[in-house]
Amino acid sequence: MAVVETRNLTKVFKQGELGAVNDVSLATEEGEFLVFLGPSGSGKTTLLRMIAGLETPTSGEILIGGQLVNHLSPRERRIAMVFQSYALYPHLTVYKNIAFPLKAQNVPKDQHDTKVQWAAGLLGIGRLLERKPRELSGGERQRVALARAIVREPAVFLLDEPLSNLDAKLRASAREELEQFQARVGTTTIYVTHDQVEAMAMGDRVVVMDKGRVRQIGTPAEVYDEPADTFVATFLGSPPMNLVSAGGTITGFRPEHFLPALAVAIPDSVPMRLAFSHEEYLGAERILYGALADGPHAGAKVVSRIASTHAGVFAKDRTYDFAVEKRHLKLFDEATGIRRR
Amino acid sequence: MSAGAKREERWLAPAMFLPAVLYILALVGIPLVLAVLYAFSDARIGSAGLHFVGLENFRSILQSPGFHKAIRNSIVFTLSAQVIVIVCSNILATALEEPFRGRGLVRFLILLPWVAPVSLGTIGWKWILDSIYSVITWVLVALHVYKPYSTPMWLGEPHLAMASVVLVHCWRLIPFSTVIMLAGRSAIPKEIPEAAAIDGAGFWRTLFQIKIPMMTPILSVAVLFGIIFTFTDMTVVYILTAGGPFDSTQTLPSLAFATGIAGSDLAAGAAISLFLVPVLVAVAYLMLRVAHRSEVA
Repeated sequence: MAVVETRNLTKVFKQGELGAVNDVSLATEEGEFLVFLGPSGSGKTTLLRMIAGLETPTSGEILIGGQLVNHLSPRERRIAMVFQSYALYPHLTVYKNIAFPLKAQNVPKDQHDTKVQWAAGLLGIGRLLERKPRELSGGERQRVALARAIVREPAVFLLDEPLSNLDAKLRASAREELEQFQARVGTTTIYVTHDQVEAMAMGDRVVVMDKGRVRQIGTPAEVYDEPADTFVATFLGSPPMNLVSAGGTITGFRPEHFLPALAVAIPDSVPMRLAFSHEEYLGAERILYGALADGPHAGAKVVSRIASTHAGVFAKDRTYDFAVEKRHLKLFDEATGIRRR
Repeated sequence: MSAGAKREERWLAPAMFLPAVLYILALVGIPLVLAVLYAFSDARIGSAGLHFVGLENFRSILQSPGFHKAIRNSIVFTLSAQVIVIVCSNILATALEEPFRGRGLVRFLILLPWVAPVSLGTIGWKWILDSIYSVITWVLVALHVYKPYSTPMWLGEPHLAMASVVLVHCWRLIPFSTVIMLAGRSAIPKEIPEAAAIDGAGFWRTLFQIKIPMMTPILSVAVLFGIIFTFTDMTVVYILTAGGPFDSTQTLPSLAFATGIAGSDLAAGAAISLFLVPVLVAVAYLMLRVAHRSEVA
């Protein structure tokens, strides 16, 4: 087990272009589940690949367990990685796939079987050992990839969108399993995803990235409730945070906090009027679309999210009284997008 | 569908098939039947009569030392050429896989020996290896490796001649094999060697335990094609040495040609060439199996 740290890490692929990763400094905690979250092209995978040793940083340092590893090959970093495609060796059986890292790292032969059986047992794939990868389902392949990663007891796990090839239903259960698995083995884990639900559900902390830069590092609650800037505010949450601007200040509030006035605690609430346009019914909740009717933000498009148990009926082009509790208003600087504290 | 359209369709398939069938019958089927027929006869160029002589041709061939030598040479020629071609084309494919400036041009240049006509390329080599005008000899003399009066005769000494024939043949086959290897390598997803690197495998382990096994289907195609091209090749041998010196580079096809056409003993030539059949049948069978296996997988 070990802590991973990056110091001013930068990767520039083409000279003169912006870096894919820019000046990233962060550190995991011992045994932590850290998630890199960002849209595609945000540099999260490049950052992970630099930590793995698959890409050479343009500048900056990478430390694993306190040791500078910039010049170490992937095998010397004592890391294990699960790829998005799983990258199982198609010509080898599941058993040989799992045993491959042991062979490659010259673990004595008499220990192979015990270790392979242990890893396979941990992931519940003991009955698949004689199969070839092509005979496995997506979920089974993912477990084999995990078993291959765990078998040599690495110091750090790197996971690159390991759930994105699974169908939606399987993904939810695989997510929960992966989370419990990590808690059980307690290995420091870095997990890359563009799926905010995965990030929120699994991460001890989330690193939100955009255009090669870290926008915010914090627990899921911190990045959701106290976004550091407008990017984080709109990237997390679906539908995203309402942002309305006036006089150099952007005011943000989440759709679930923008509610019919009667539903908001009266003291300390800010009244707003919503010119209703249309509604989406999503089963458990209703999404109301419209624009603010008056005040300094009149005309700004906003979204409200109410429980479908709310009995209110809204008519097109009518105006309704809404409100947001004061503590749910977040203020950002309009020029920089940075949160005002 | 109307009855008319159905009838049309019934004729369409055979009609489309016919050119291919005719082509194979005329250029493969008839010569093959003729070869078998001649092999059991006393056919000679210039004599009209044809008499069945049973296994007489085969008996006399099997007793001739020239034939034994040709079989040995064919095996040496085929095997050594294959080993060299596979090793070299693998190295080339590894080098050409990584992007670098001018890679397109290098790939084009490497492919040239394959697209140039065999006979022209070989005639070029005949000059390069000539006993008097050889540029290789000239360079070696200029480098003081050899004295001007005792230079090697590339095509005139038995072992050198065999080596020359093998190398020229490799020069011709390597581009073809390299292209096949490149295709095979590009079929390996980039993550697989990366996963191997993270799992702790070095260059050689990744090559021998991951990349080459994953390329086996395409590698076998390259080897089997190579065996056919080499085993049946006659151009390189015929132009460079015509089987000499002292039959040291005589292979089965060149011996068949020398006996049957040049020596006008059609029957014996046909019988010799029939000895190619078992090898080619075996290779064809293996190729079909490989093709079938990769279809199933």
